[in-house]
Amino acid sequence: MSWSAFVPYVAVMAVVTYLIRMLPLTAFRRPIHSRFIQSFLTYIPYAVLGAMTFPEVFYSTGDLRTAAVGVVVAVILAWRGKSLLTVAIAACLAVAAAQGILLLL
Amino acid sequence: MSSEFKKGIQHGIPIALGYLSVSFAFGMKAVGDGLTWLQAVLISITNVTSAGQMAGLPLMLGGASLVEMALTQLTINLRYGLMGLSLGRKLDDSMGTLQRLIFSFANTDEIFAVASSQPGKVGKRYLYGLMITPILGWALGTLLGGVAGTLLPAFVRTALGIAIYGMFLAIILPPARAKKPVRFVVLLSVGMSLCFRYIPGLNKVSSGFVIIICAVISAGIGAARYPEQEGGNP
Repeated sequence: MSWSAFVPYVAVMAVVTYLIRMLPLTAFRRPIHSRFIQSFLTYIPYAVLGAMTFPEVFYSTGDLRTAAVGVVVAVILAWRGKSLLTVAIAACLAVAAAQGILLLL
Repeated sequence: MSSEFKKGIQHGIPIALGYLSVSFAFGMKAVGDGLTWLQAVLISITNVTSAGQMAGLPLMLGGASLVEMALTQLTINLRYGLMGLSLGRKLDDSMGTLQRLIFSFANTDEIFAVASSQPGKVGKRYLYGLMITPILGWALGTLLGGVAGTLLPAFVRTALGIAIYGMFLAIILPPARAKKPVRFVVLLSVGMSLCFRYIPGLNKVSSGFVIIICAVISAGIGAARYPEQEGGNP
């Protein structure tokens, strides 16, 4: 793609994305007193992650079966409070192992 | 190296691993569709957002208007605004305006999630450590995908695809196990997300909007049912 056509697009993408991220962190800095809004903002990250994880995680490896194996391993370890890196790596290894087993079958 | 910075870097490694595979796919696709590898990398280091970049690619290649590009990015990335509002409450006094301007650049879903899950307030050392490896991973993955997309064995790429979700689960499950309100909010949000995926009609809604709708409604209902105590965590 020619640079003269490319640059305006990238500039628009980058500026819009940055402004969305930057404005709430810089412009709205007064303390929030409403208990409802405080609670709402506390729950937002968990809600966002829940919606982003399911059902998407089952499609993350291109094979429902290997993804399911990864999910089971990740859920068990996460439920037991293992660290982020441990859970992430164990899930990858579980998927790799499941792929290997499927190849052998 | 300060221990907070080091802790941030440690927490950023699983994010970077996940990013490596996602951005690898982006780089491969961008170059396959007609961008140069340098253009693909430029998009990644100026945007640092998977869904927005994936959506922007066909728009720029198809010659869409800049207004359409802006509106698409706004819709898909609006969730970052919510996250910024939420995270703003967790930043300590070391995060002045300049630090906030810098950190805003990297407030991705995953960095936000990890930062939010830390106990108490977070400061600039931790956040700078947390943002640096994921940004490098995002840029490096794009470069590798663009230059050598087909060299990495397929099974390695697919196995990496689940890394990010493993991390998400590690963030949400322990508090969901310990605290009923969090459990309630997560289950409600997941239930809604499943509806948007599988119910005909609802599955036409774009992924950026789905996340916003699920998050706002479930966190809203959760906040109405379980208003947290003053200054307490859920």
